[in-house]
Amino acid sequence: MKNGLFINYEFCTGCHSCEVACKKEHKLPKGQFGMHVLKDGPRLDVNGKWEYTYIPYPSHLCDLCAERVSEGRLPTCVHHCQAGVMEYGPIDELAKLLDEQPKSVLFAV
Amino acid sequence: MPVYNQEIYRKEKHWKEGEFDVYRNMQWTGPGCHEGCGCLFYVKDGKLDHIEGDPNDEFSRGRLCMRCLNMVDEAVNNPTRLGHPLKRAGERGENKWEQISWDEAYDMIEEHVRKAWETQGPEAIVALEGTGRNVVWQVPLLEYSAFKSPNYGCGFLSGDSCYLPRCSASVGVLGGPSVVDCGQYDARRYDSPEYEYPEVILQWGCNAIMTNADGFLGHWIIDCMRQGGTKLITVDPRITWMAAHSEYHIQVRPGTDAAVAMAMLHVMIEEDLVDHEFIDKWCFGYEDLVEAMKDATPEWAAEIAGVTAEEIVGAARMYATAKPAAFHWGLSTDMTPNGVGQAHAFMVMQAITGNVDVPGGNYLATGPFGVDALYGCGYDYFIDDELKKKRIGVEKYPLHKFGAAACLVGDELLLQIEAGEPYEIQVMYLAGTNPIVNMAAEAPRVYKAMMKVPFIVVADLWMTPTCTAMADLVLPIAMSCERDSYREWWTPSRAITKITQYEECKSDEEIIVDLSLRLNPDGVPWHDVESLLNWVLEKDNAPMNWTQLKDQMYAYDFKGYRRYETGKLRPDGQPGFNTMTGKLELRSTLLEAMGYHDLPFFEEPPESPVTRPDLFEEYPLVLTTGKRHWEFFHSEHRNMPTMREFRDQPEVEIHPADAEKLGIEDGDWVWIENQRGRCREVARVTPIIKEGVVCADHGWSFPEKEAAVPVLQGVFDVNINNLTTQGVVGETGYGAPYRCLLCKIYKCTPENSQVTPSDLVFGTKA
Repeated sequence: MKNGLFINYEFCTGCHSCEVACKKEHKLPKGQFGMHVLKDGPRLDVNGKWEYTYIPYPSHLCDLCAERVSEGRLPTCVHHCQAGVMEYGPIDELAKLLDEQPKSVLFAV
Repeated sequence: MPVYNQEIYRKEKHWKEGEFDVYRNMQWTGPGCHEGCGCLFYVKDGKLDHIEGDPNDEFSRGRLCMRCLNMVDEAVNNPTRLGHPLKRAGERGENKWEQISWDEAYDMIEEHVRKAWETQGPEAIVALEGTGRNVVWQVPLLEYSAFKSPNYGCGFLSGDSCYLPRCSASVGVLGGPSVVDCGQYDARRYDSPEYEYPEVILQWGCNAIMTNADGFLGHWIIDCMRQGGTKLITVDPRITWMAAHSEYHIQVRPGTDAAVAMAMLHVMIEEDLVDHEFIDKWCFGYEDLVEAMKDATPEWAAEIAGVTAEEIVGAARMYATAKPAAFHWGLSTDMTPNGVGQAHAFMVMQAITGNVDVPGGNYLATGPFGVDALYGCGYDYFIDDELKKKRIGVEKYPLHKFGAAACLVGDELLLQIEAGEPYEIQVMYLAGTNPIVNMAAEAPRVYKAMMKVPFIVVADLWMTPTCTAMADLVLPIAMSCERDSYREWWTPSRAITKITQYEECKSDEEIIVDLSLRLNPDGVPWHDVESLLNWVLEKDNAPMNWTQLKDQMYAYDFKGYRRYETGKLRPDGQPGFNTMTGKLELRSTLLEAMGYHDLPFFEEPPESPVTRPDLFEEYPLVLTTGKRHWEFFHSEHRNMPTMREFRDQPEVEIHPADAEKLGIEDGDWVWIENQRGRCREVARVTPIIKEGVVCADHGWSFPEKEAAVPVLQGVFDVNINNLTTQGVVGETGYGAPYRCLLCKIYKCTPENSQVTPSDLVFGTKA
């Protein structure tokens, strides 16, 4: 089973830690991202509630931190996420989390 | 939460891993913030190679923010940082320097200090610091022990508008500051069997996840939401991410918060949502509070604050009926002259709902093991009663004498420098503060005043605009991993240890030792940094000194909850609170004794649409300043390319409806102006901000620009403190209107930009 990234985006605060951790790990220059945080809002939805949501997504530069993982570490984005909303592991294991946690996504890389 | 590999992330202090030495340590700072997060420092050949968050640190649990993640190449190993003492070679502002030795630097300081002692007295020597990083007790102790002066203070922060108003008021109400309980006082954290997640966290005037203020890691609130189902209530003029994720968001006009808080108290009292058992047994002055809140109706507050009565009532009910409920109060509490009255209302709300010192409520925070390693460190030991009277401003504002975090009154210092009366300030020592870029209100005025001081030393990490503009001597300061240090505020008790050395940098602790041994050799009970750090803990009878603490890195001193029942809040060991009556003083006898409001109260800001309709006609927008961003800690980090990649320019948020009226589009450079001055920032047209209010960035300079005067990294052109005030403070001397002023905004054009604020400051286009 391949490994993937689980992200509970209900609680992603958009703090950029995953992006900078990734840039440092992979020595990415300005404008380049392995993890990139996408943003929706703030905008009023049809119910009069504010939509203000971030989703970090792995770009084509993401290798799930193959070198770190081979050393027994977590991908650096998962390790440093301030909100603790990212998990790394076998996709079938992570898929179970989708069932438990609404507003979450699973990325195969 | 991710599961970390415990074979790699070990609990001992140091281990070898391939070519690296790995050290567990805590980052307190700069560069950085208030926190003290756990970091793993990977060192190769004596040089820091990379860092990771320390998963075994109970405080931060592996996570790190973008600033720490960026720390190695762009801060610690950044070749543009200061590495040697520098003596001014040209005129002030010319940015010409001569590298000198530490001995020569100390000779200069000694000469000027002794001259001040002989011609006036030690009180003519002033030491100022920035916010609470590892200068927080070090600058006061240097001032008291080496310079023998009581005149330690903040870097011209008007009204001491950062935590001090809240902390000082809390002494007279709760017996000390109260902090949201995210289990941080107990090493077991959320796993403690006693701990309960807050059902509700009310976050007022703060965006905790960005600010991480005062030893409180904002993402702990996210932990509570994600793990414990905690719901949020937010009071903020901005729709922050946290506000958007709240059950109630009360979008107040800046500076009217106390009215809303009083109306919430009114609702809780009227609807009998209070904890009578706690009030009857432990509180003083409830009947007075009931009387004082009688007229503070939700309708009254709603009209003042520009919100609805329904949301005030709804938020009041939700907070008061949640068990437990926690209250997170931000810096905006302090940044109004009404700050103490507002803080008082907040504390009373925590109290009458029975949420003080309970699990998941508001914990009464004290230094671990009773150690004072804050502003008062060494004050009583080194400064006698006669000299204490010479602390500038404290006779006029006595709460500064008796408050929790006492220091001189910065507004009065400014007046004294300007007047040269009753005596001239001869020596000024600045550490970790960059006043003319960051905290000094009326920055051009402060700049001119500071230029009158004949000898100025600046101790910092970088050649800041404050160094360039006015320093006669610049001292290069060690960063966090380069120093032996001690950190509390609030917990745990931490022994930070030195891992690497950069050039000739010294820590503030080394400077205290070196200068005190030169200037007060018979008066100080230490002879090196280790004995100094041991003294800091031993003076308050801590059970272990620094030498013992450093082997275990940090220690928790959790004394349980509901300490008013167990006698652990009072020095005499009796049950109750550490106040004059021994009760939690809803009506404060301390504030009463000083002739101040002794109950929560509301006053309009001194320059508001209500108090100054004349000004409002010309300046029709409410101005608030000082919010934080992920990328920066106040004026720091502008020289770091990765942080600038994420945020490159100072921005002022303006509501789309206001922008449309003014013909301003997103991305336009605009002038922000009031009767005291103007500055320019980039307009960010966004529904985040309340209509009629603008929110302007602070702390900007451009390290990529010319450092010398008259450019000075462009600081005065973008300094929002061209518009703020000095000397407009609350009755206690605490609280100034940084966050509730008036302004107008208009697009920058070549015609209206011919004479810039910098030109006015430096007289370059008279």
